Amino acid sequence: MNATSVDEEFNPSVHVYEPHKVGLPALRPYFKALWQRREFAAEMSRTNIRAANTNTFFGQVWLVLNPLLLAAVYYLLVDIIAGGGSKIDAGERFAHMCGGLFAFYYFSGAMTAGAASVVGGGKLLMNQSFPRMLLPLSAVRTAFFRFLPTLGVYLVIHLVMRQPLRWPMLLAPAFLIMLTIFAAGMGMIFAALQVYFRDTTSFLPYFVRIWLYLSPVLWFAEQAPPKFKGFIQYNPLYSLIGGWADLLVRGDIPKWQMWAGAGFWAILAFVIGSLFFMSREREFVVRL
Amino acid sequence: MSVSDTEKKPMQKSPSDIPAVKVQDVSITYRTTFERVPTFKSALVRFGRGERAVREVKAVQNVSFDVNHGTTIGIIGANGAGKSTLMRAVAGILPPTSGRIEVHGRVSTLLSLGVGFNAALSGKENVVLGGLAAGLSRKEIEARYEEIAEFAELGDFMEMPMRTYSSGMFSRLAFSVAVHMDPDILLIDEALSAGDASFKTKAAAKMSELVTNSRTMFLVSHAMSSVRELCNDCIWLHKGKLMMRGEPNEVIQAYTKFLQVGEAEAVSLEDL
Repeated sequence: MNATSVDEEFNPSVHVYEPHKVGLPALRPYFKALWQRREFAAEMSRTNIRAANTNTFFGQVWLVLNPLLLAAVYYLLVDIIAGGGSKIDAGERFAHMCGGLFAFYYFSGAMTAGAASVVGGGKLLMNQSFPRMLLPLSAVRTAFFRFLPTLGVYLVIHLVMRQPLRWPMLLAPAFLIMLTIFAAGMGMIFAALQVYFRDTTSFLPYFVRIWLYLSPVLWFAEQAPPKFKGFIQYNPLYSLIGGWADLLVRGDIPKWQMWAGAGFWAILAFVIGSLFFMSREREFVVRL
Repeated sequence: MSVSDTEKKPMQKSPSDIPAVKVQDVSITYRTTFERVPTFKSALVRFGRGERAVREVKAVQNVSFDVNHGTTIGIIGANGAGKSTLMRAVAGILPPTSGRIEVHGRVSTLLSLGVGFNAALSGKENVVLGGLAAGLSRKEIEARYEEIAEFAELGDFMEMPMRTYSSGMFSRLAFSVAVHMDPDILLIDEALSAGDASFKTKAAAKMSELVTNSRTMFLVSHAMSSVRELCNDCIWLHKGKLMMRGEPNEVIQAYTKFLQVGEAEAVSLEDL
């Protein structure tokens, strides 16, 4: 069921397709072909950003409206309905909630879009041969660029809530990058799963919702409910979003465990995701 | 897995001696599910019953043939004969289950099961995306774009989302993209059926031009007349097996006879 194509860069005109024993394609030519076509992934994500929202009245303004509405909904939920939070640090709490929510929604959006990319790219898959990993990676790129305006929204909220600007805030993008790598890995895992089980599409939103409540988004990392305290560090988003929020909202440089944890989860998810995806991708065409 | 140096060298010495496409004892077996859309529930139910979901479809069985550079080869056969599957395997989209396919040259495809177009994007954006996916650089695409747009005769529609296209416009653009990618090997699956009469003539002319430029072309078609006109070689597939290879006229004759006589007798005739 598997085949490999000869390295295209060294030998642009000769391709050999034959079955081979193990699930993985030859990695070097695969990544070379992937790198060669990076422009395709970039162009696809650019055109998708342009095409999205062209039918709506607000168009690209939605990139700013979305996070604002999101912040409003959770403000209503957490601060008004649940009546949570003392009056003392209300500003910090709200800024933290926004920072965490935006990062979480970025992560879940990138993961969900990555997961849907293979099944959604049906016809392209049927008619062209190219490294399939370009599809989820392109989806993650799209999510990243759609997230950038959100950062501006956060900055405004940060200032409106009278939170001071501190130098360590500049380190926060490091956690954003790790979060992106993690999202790409998870996206690839779910993209491959979705080819086999279409139910993943319906199941994923609930999975994401539960993950949101288990992560330090609506509460600070150290305020974890006592029941969770023992095993919360096994949640990848604990270190990924916890570190991000510590830097961005409070300007605290996280402990080394947070950095190591975030890096570990990002690399683990990416390696497992890409290996799983590559070992399955040549079967996608017959399963679509 | 790469081609060893010994295999590469003779090709560099005399490229014309090496066939453009070598298909060696290729079988393609789909393992596909019963259900149209696989779901978790049905998988659980099956697991409980101890059933396997997959059904094997032997789309292509032990097919071998070589195609030389400059050949236009027609591929004919009834529906479900494995023609499209074979094309996908030559294009590298579907890996063979066993056997080996060697392709010398850049392949451009025009396959019937929908073209890889995104309906939300404009024709122009789709052309650029398709070219990039095929491994062309942005410059190479820009160089070809004018020709593609001109040949497709879409005018202002090139800038409009493809959901506004008629099906004829769709296939005109698809054809134009496929033939302007400067392929060494062009795979065309039932493409001539699309488009109006004047575009059909134009497409046929373009294809004969490609043929005279000694491009290799695979033409999958149910229109025997276009196979007769364009091809100088022909393959007849039936239920995944290679039935006959030879002069288009002879193969077409055998095929039409086979269709009239019916399967059982034809098989017995073959055995003689």
